[in-house]
Amino acid sequence: MRPDLKILIVDANPVRAAIIDEGLREAGFTDLVRIGATNGLVAAIELHDPDVVVIDLEDPSRDALADMFLVSRHVRRPITMFVDQSDSASIEAAVEAGVSAYIVDGLKKERMQPILQTCISRFNAFRKLREELDEARSQLEDRKTIDRAKAIVMRMKGLPEEEAYALLRRTAMNEKRKLVDIARSIITAAEVLK
Amino acid sequence: MTLHLRVGFMPLVDCALVILAKDEGFAEAEGLNLELVREVSWSNLRDKLNVRLFDAAHMLGPAAIAATLGVGGVKAPMAVPLALNLDGAAITLSVRRYEELARLTEGDMADTTVSARALAAMVERRKASGLPPLTLAAVFGFSSHTYLLCEWLAKGGLVLGKDIRFEVVPPPQTVEALTSGRVDGFCAGAPWNTAAVAAGIGAMVHCSVDLRRNCPDKVLAWRADDADRRAAAVSKLNAAILLASDWACQPANFGRLAMHLSKPDRLALPADILEPVLHWELLQGAGRPPRNVERFIRFDREALRPDPEHADWILAGMEQAGQIIRSPEMTEQARAVFRPALFAGSGHHT
Repeated sequence: MRPDLKILIVDANPVRAAIIDEGLREAGFTDLVRIGATNGLVAAIELHDPDVVVIDLEDPSRDALADMFLVSRHVRRPITMFVDQSDSASIEAAVEAGVSAYIVDGLKKERMQPILQTCISRFNAFRKLREELDEARSQLEDRKTIDRAKAIVMRMKGLPEEEAYALLRRTAMNEKRKLVDIARSIITAAEVLK
Repeated sequence: MTLHLRVGFMPLVDCALVILAKDEGFAEAEGLNLELVREVSWSNLRDKLNVRLFDAAHMLGPAAIAATLGVGGVKAPMAVPLALNLDGAAITLSVRRYEELARLTEGDMADTTVSARALAAMVERRKASGLPPLTLAAVFGFSSHTYLLCEWLAKGGLVLGKDIRFEVVPPPQTVEALTSGRVDGFCAGAPWNTAAVAAGIGAMVHCSVDLRRNCPDKVLAWRADDADRRAAAVSKLNAAILLASDWACQPANFGRLAMHLSKPDRLALPADILEPVLHWELLQGAGRPPRNVERFIRFDREALRPDPEHADWILAGMEQAGQIIRSPEMTEQARAVFRPALFAGSGHHT
């Protein structure tokens, strides 16, 4: 057994790959290779000869990887999906996070656990980051919509900004709708009536 | 009360009944709210079913058996209360390889033994000229497609993985793999053979029915414990799919079925590639006219009965492909995946 495990990270998303890479380095793994496009995954594995392959579940080449243990004549060492049958919680956590790990034959599961745990937490962190980003983006969009509606109300009713906003809020509350929905209706109406 | 079920599928014509259950309202009529999720790999379908991110999945029969036996991944016992089709696959080579094969053919190429011998001649010729071996792909290791390739090759005395390299390419990537030259041919379900021919890249050699009729293919898989525990849900989904089967067997509906399948969140392919397949009309390529293949793919009720005998053929295929060493317990476990008892009670009319 080599002192340091070589880990191949297969992920078409370069940002997430970088996040995983960083996480594994922090966990003490330094022999890392990242690949994006996976049309030649078999060839990449032959070339890099990793001990562990970490792959994004959205990557279609997972099925080819899954088959490698059956056709290990392609690669020098057979590869199998990492499964700790006694630990269904981590199988679940990995699938839910969207990551899967494959190991070369003979790697002890104790050595694999920290790698898998790091990948799971990094995949989850990435997803959270993306969700937050999406949310921030949509909040920004909402903000713009509300500002446009406010400007229309100010112009058409001759109200100062504060009062125009208060009117929008009151209408939303009375109609039990979201402020942004009221704003959208106003914009639509203003366009129709233009 | 409406029951929500998440069902995963791969983009193939043989997922039609699942899609119809949702898109033609058969599931809704059974009190089901179906959520369909397109997947990118069979491994994902298996794993997401196993951790219950899916309630049921469109799955390769052999993959359901492999998961049950714990071969090639997590041991995840599965149950099949109904099949989704029989037959429907084909073998396609690149146009160039097809033309080579045609030149080496002695006799009627429609005969699978004749074509397999021609393939053996091509393998020999490449070896003698120092060319790299041919590569053929199937859509998954544990698939009828792998075993059909093995059967075809055996007729020419060839062994898959020895005389010919074997690769796994998921259905939607087959055309790209053939285009790039990464594979010389593939065995996959419809419409991917037609898609390769339509793209001018491939030429179909055989349909799966040329090699074997009533060949097991896709199934609806549940976790084995869920199939027992959630009998009502299983029975409702079965009933919806049986209604979809009746609907899908009427040629008047083929246009509409093709339209459903073609949608971006389903197969995302032009309907004019899909509709001829439903009429059992297959593009052949290499200058040949389309071929009419009687009962190319079966969606009728009789085809959907889960048959424990299918497990015998699948296990034999697994053994021939070198995936397992068979034991009597395996036979028992594999047969138990198919649950005719769960099928018997389904459906309002037959």
